[in-house]
Amino acid sequence: MDNCEKEKRDEREKKHGGDTHKELEGYVGFANLPNQVYRKSVKRGFEFTLMVVGESGLGKSTLINSLFLTDLYSSEFPGPSHRIKKTVKVDTTQVMLKENGVQLKLTTTDTPGFGDAVDNSNCWQPIIDYIDNKYEDYLTAESRVNRTGIPDNRVHCCLYFIAPTGHGLKPLDVEFMKRLHDKVNIIPLIAKADTLTPEECRDFKKSILSEIAEHKIKIYEFPYCEDEEESKIQKKLRDRVPFAVVGSNRVIDSGGKKVRGRMYPWGVVEVENLEHNDFIALRNMLIRTHMQDLKDVTNNVHYENYRYGKLAPVQSDGKIKPGSLTKDPLTQMAEEKRDHDLKMKKMEAEMEQVFEMKVKEKKNKLKESEVDLQKRAEQMKKGLEQQQKELDDRWRQFEKEKQEWESANDRHKDILDSAKKEKKRLF
Amino acid sequence: MATTEVERTLNHLSRTLNLTGHVGFDSLPDQLVNKSVAQGFCFNILCVGETGIGKSTMMDTLFNTNFDSTPSSHDLQDVKLKSHTYDLRESNVRMKLNCVDTVGFGDQINKEDSWKAIVEYIDTQFDAYLQEELKIKRSIHNYQDRRLHACLYFIAPTGHSLKAIDLVTMKKLDSKVNVIPVIAKADTITKTELHKFKTKIMQELVTNGIKIYQFPTDDETVAETNTAMNGVLPFAIVGSNDEVKIGNKMVKARQYPWGTVQVENENHCDFVKLREMIIRTNMEDLRETTHKRHYELYRRHKLEEMGFSDSDAKSLSETYEIKRQQHVSDLQKKEEEMRQTFVIRVKEKEGELKDAEKDLHVRFDGLKKQHADEKRKLEDSKKRLEEEINAFNQRKVAAQQASTLGKKKK
Repeated sequence: MDNCEKEKRDEREKKHGGDTHKELEGYVGFANLPNQVYRKSVKRGFEFTLMVVGESGLGKSTLINSLFLTDLYSSEFPGPSHRIKKTVKVDTTQVMLKENGVQLKLTTTDTPGFGDAVDNSNCWQPIIDYIDNKYEDYLTAESRVNRTGIPDNRVHCCLYFIAPTGHGLKPLDVEFMKRLHDKVNIIPLIAKADTLTPEECRDFKKSILSEIAEHKIKIYEFPYCEDEEESKIQKKLRDRVPFAVVGSNRVIDSGGKKVRGRMYPWGVVEVENLEHNDFIALRNMLIRTHMQDLKDVTNNVHYENYRYGKLAPVQSDGKIKPGSLTKDPLTQMAEEKRDHDLKMKKMEAEMEQVFEMKVKEKKNKLKESEVDLQKRAEQMKKGLEQQQKELDDRWRQFEKEKQEWESANDRHKDILDSAKKEKKRLF
Repeated sequence: MATTEVERTLNHLSRTLNLTGHVGFDSLPDQLVNKSVAQGFCFNILCVGETGIGKSTMMDTLFNTNFDSTPSSHDLQDVKLKSHTYDLRESNVRMKLNCVDTVGFGDQINKEDSWKAIVEYIDTQFDAYLQEELKIKRSIHNYQDRRLHACLYFIAPTGHSLKAIDLVTMKKLDSKVNVIPVIAKADTITKTELHKFKTKIMQELVTNGIKIYQFPTDDETVAETNTAMNGVLPFAIVGSNDEVKIGNKMVKARQYPWGTVQVENENHCDFVKLREMIIRTNMEDLRETTHKRHYELYRRHKLEEMGFSDSDAKSLSETYEIKRQQHVSDLQKKEEEMRQTFVIRVKEKEGELKDAEKDLHVRFDGLKKQHADEKRKLEDSKKRLEEEINAFNQRKVAAQQASTLGKKKK
């Protein structure tokens, strides 16, 4: 145990390590901090929700009354076995208890009708729904914008009563525990343990534990304590899991003492006698040492699992988007937006590029055709000019010819004319 | 198949029952305390004050240890916050103490933005916690809390009143952190001056609506002390790392030619009161107020900023879903818009280019027409030439005929 403790301390130092460890040279006063915490917690008061599940007649109400030494269930407020209706219900009772200045608001949730019908398929569903509803309420309250004090009605512990058959777990027991071990702290109890002899009880416990291990059911494990002495005491009690309990509402005179017990012709079964049953173990572990831990495990493990299940973004393929769990959804959305903006910018740049390229291409083509057309126009013009020149040449030539001929003709004509004139004179 | 009918409280009011014996849940506070002690505590304290006013010395004196801090100079451009974390242990209680110092506060010529760095730091710590709280997979109970639990504001011992920068800074901080003003270097003020100074300071705080931290008076065990202390605020303190032998003990003190100021002497200064109040009596309350009031205020503002509200009566997961859907559709819309603008641009450019092409064709057509005209003219000219040549040839032939005839006649 010493090494274990040292290891734990070293681990803690390492966790907080990297910072400077300072030695105090005198009185500072923060050793009083635990007292401050103590005072504040007493002032605040405590609350605890306990759920009891089991077939009717297993002694659930009696056990609760014995645990809290008060008449939670009485003729006025009957226990679950007296309130069975046709369907399984989940009922809650709230009581305020006070002990030595410490106030406890105890909420007991019971399930009349559980396992009592002929067909018990899905009789655990109302219970699962109830537990989930409480988690949902807490989640909603925790997520409000304006939150002033979040009431904690989540089920902190579920006592599951196993009938003392002596053989093993019933299929209903296994089904129930398998479905609820991820949602709530389950503490299995062997009810009406005064029907089992110590050997039968030992064997029964062994078979229950092996069946629990076989079906991989996670029942609540009482954690180890730091203090060595305490740890030894607790180990003795922890080894009695699952607790075989006997409850009683009556106080009997047994050998001069007043004890809670059940009087039989053959003797008195004392509730608070560790040799007769494990009631003391249950009470001490449940109430005196681990009540706070039950609440913490509910808050840190079961509730967080529920919350995770509710909020995790499951994609269309049923899987969770990688990397989405380490950030809250809003940062995630902001990141997604950033990524998207980048992607869009890139896309925009690409489209811009393609656009520019196409425009350049077209412009080039246009230019080419312009140049082409220009060239052709030039060619045609040149062709025409050539033709024009040729024509002009021909014209000139023709004019020349014509001139020549005309002048030749005119001379000839003149000669003819003069000859004619002469002829005329002759005649 | 069992139909489900969930939850019906048997009584609407919870009954108070009497116990007939010792159940044992009175150990619940102890269980809680044991868990807290096992986990260790953390405390984050901020010291705001001008350079040289004695912040580091006060931290050393308050926590009775030497934090090895180096004194800073006066010529820093702006206010920065430096934090140091220490692991302290007293009897079986471990505490992670985080001291944050404002370096450069009050040194600049223009001090208008001095408080900004501080508010930013506080907000960053709140934001980090909020982020952790909003995560899907979170570990809040293991989270190293760096939110500031207390802010010691060091007032210079002028003896008259608060400086303008004090009022501005404290006003900005009073809704974000527990502000505890202290009069620093109180060994320069006499008792009468101190009384007047304290009254003046409190008056000014009230006039300016600055809500400093009040020690809680709702717990009977400490209500009396706390009320009395509330009347002594602000504490006038003296800090010292040096020890002087008084009587047969070594005490923390400052030695002057005219006498020795003993830090832990309640007649000399209020240091003991400060230590008692902050550490020994109300540390847990400081932590609680930070979480329950200042952090909640910040959270509320931040969430409202992000668009959450309580009026929709929807669960958190539904709100997240809605936001996510909106977010996705926003992104899609943006994408669409971008594509659209591109399509329009492409169309425009295409139009431009088409017009240019058309112009070119028109031009070319014009040229073609011109060319055709000229060709026609040329053809006409040619035809004329041909005609004249023909006419000429005819004349030639005719003339020749005539001349041959004439010749014949002769």
